[in-house]
Amino acid sequence: MSSIVIRNLHASVDGQEIVRGVNLEFSKGEVHAVMGPNGSGKSTLAKVMAGHPDYEVTEGDILLDGESILEMEPDERARKGLFLAFQYPIEIPGVSNANFLRAALQARLPEGEELDATDFYQRLYQKMDLLEIRREFTARSVNEGFSGGEKKRNEILQLAILEPAFAVLDETDSGLDIDALQVVAKGVNQLRGPNLGILLITHYQRLLNYIVPDYVHVMARGRIVRSGGKELALELEAKGYDWLREPDEAVATN
Amino acid sequence: MSTANNTIDINRDIGDFSYEVKHQRDAGVGLNEKTIDYIVDAKEEPDWIREFRKNAYHVFKSKPLPTHWAGNELNEIDFDVIRYYLASGDAPKRSWEDVPEDIKRTFERLGIPESERKFLAGVEAQFDSEAVYSNIKKAVSDQGVIFVGSTEGLKKYPEIFRKWFSKVIPTADNKFSALNSAVFSGGSFIYVPPGVKVKHPLQAYFRINAENFGQFERTLIIADEGSEVMYMEGCTAPKFTTATLHSAVVELVALKGAKIQYVTVQNWSPNVFNLVTKRGLAMEEAEIKWIDCNIGSRLTMKYPGVVLKGRKARGEVISIALAGDGQHQDTGAKMIHAADETTSNIVSKSISVGKGRATYRGLVHVPKHLKGCKNNTECDALLINARSRTDTYPAITVRGTGNATQHEASVSQISAEQIFYMQQRGLSEGQAMSLAVNGFVNDLVRQFPMEYSVELKRLIDLEMEGSVG
Repeated sequence: MSSIVIRNLHASVDGQEIVRGVNLEFSKGEVHAVMGPNGSGKSTLAKVMAGHPDYEVTEGDILLDGESILEMEPDERARKGLFLAFQYPIEIPGVSNANFLRAALQARLPEGEELDATDFYQRLYQKMDLLEIRREFTARSVNEGFSGGEKKRNEILQLAILEPAFAVLDETDSGLDIDALQVVAKGVNQLRGPNLGILLITHYQRLLNYIVPDYVHVMARGRIVRSGGKELALELEAKGYDWLREPDEAVATN
Repeated sequence: MSTANNTIDINRDIGDFSYEVKHQRDAGVGLNEKTIDYIVDAKEEPDWIREFRKNAYHVFKSKPLPTHWAGNELNEIDFDVIRYYLASGDAPKRSWEDVPEDIKRTFERLGIPESERKFLAGVEAQFDSEAVYSNIKKAVSDQGVIFVGSTEGLKKYPEIFRKWFSKVIPTADNKFSALNSAVFSGGSFIYVPPGVKVKHPLQAYFRINAENFGQFERTLIIADEGSEVMYMEGCTAPKFTTATLHSAVVELVALKGAKIQYVTVQNWSPNVFNLVTKRGLAMEEAEIKWIDCNIGSRLTMKYPGVVLKGRKARGEVISIALAGDGQHQDTGAKMIHAADETTSNIVSKSISVGKGRATYRGLVHVPKHLKGCKNNTECDALLINARSRTDTYPAITVRGTGNATQHEASVSQISAEQIFYMQQRGLSEGQAMSLAVNGFVNDLVRQFPMEYSVELKRLIDLEMEGSVG
């Protein structure tokens, strides 16, 4: 079974440890949600998985189908099938969405092989229709001047086109109004299936009303502190995150 | 179609090769009056040119290097070790079949005969000092269009040639225009008769093959009333360890209602000093557009200009400069408004890689007595690495009440987050860098003819590949 295994992962930025011993495993065909309060290390976990150069892994391992990816460059991880939908997608002025996606697909082909332009556009338009994205979008620069909702939809479009084995969705719901959220959720649900494993990182339970996870993990202080079924999300909604905090932390934020 | 970051099929060594070629004509090393006599005799030029050259030689000697404002790199040029004239002694051929094999190989490797068949109205190929090939399609010459080398132009068409030669750029304009005037050889002479619109571009290809050599082509293009022409020039040289000098003078004359587009894509090797003077004269309702791409060279100094002499004349400079490690692109534009309702537009984008340095110098001059003049200047710089450098020196003097100018400048950097984002989508760091740089110049690249814009993207990819790691 194709899977990602995170084993006792420790990671720090600027010498400060943010991820402090995460153990997590998810397989193709499954949807796992990682929930937790701000600062719990959720987004850091996502960036470390993707190989962001600012983060240093100090202990533990990440295995993709049994192979450690820690020594791989971010692009190599991506080509191996790991996709990260960014919390804050980056603008690339002057590079059109169509060209960007073509370049990304081209990078996956063996040397000397050319992407078929007709097939590409057919597929692109089909996925755009699914996400209710207008055609003129292809000529616009990547994320430049996009609204928050458009940026998030673009991330899901890229996910749909690149067809990775595993997708980490980092706070894809943040900044979305309810309509945009529904469109994005619909897109993710369409992609859901035996060929894709999804790790949904979210602060709010709201997203999980639309994308129902198979498993829920609660992260706090750099660790997974509880795991369970989808009902765990509802419990969190009812109780909030306060019960997860250290006693002194709870006081400090009050 | 090609993808934006087509890194496949790139020949790293494009242009970086040279073949042993024996020159029958060689003016020797260094420059003095005898060198000039040698050139005039070898080219069998008339006496007025001998005088013109000798006068220019003295102007060149009397002018100091402009190091008080330009880069100190100029001091690296040793004028005494340069060879000023190297040629086979043969007239340019009209058919590639007749071009000597060793020289033909060079141009075939650069893809010139193929481009000519595909999309050009005429081609001139210069190898060191002289054109080895010059041909214009019959349909175009039948319209009365003249497209020959400068020597043939001045000998065969003196009445048109002398009327404009050295009038747009006088000998004493600067030290390098004087040097060119003293030793010029090659380049094109083009005359387009009134009302003739040349459909396909005319192309010149300048190839330096010899070491320690100076190439000094001289181009004069005259577009008569209501005519239109596009001229494209490409330049390459192999990588030698010693300095090579390329110092051209290009004069354009657009008579009433005429349009000239002059496109340059140069990919010099990093030992070339490229010091070029380019200026156009636009009469009433005429339009001159310089589209200029500078890649490579040790130092490029080039500020294409337009003198807007007639009412409603338009001038435009679109330029892209890419300064690689150890290179300095000192480029810009000059717009001299000299009539009412003249408009000018300057869009300049530069990219500095590694320790590369890009400098923009702009001069826009609108005197007080003129009315209804407009200028728009935009210059954007992109820095790739922490040690890259860019400087901007815009000099805009707009006087009078009815004139308007607009100036925008920006400096940006490709961020680590952008690279990470693109890498996360599967692009290598080099591909990501290329894509970002291509994006930065994308709006300008689209103004180049198709064949050149593809070539340009390749060149940018090539330069960027070596910039990471």
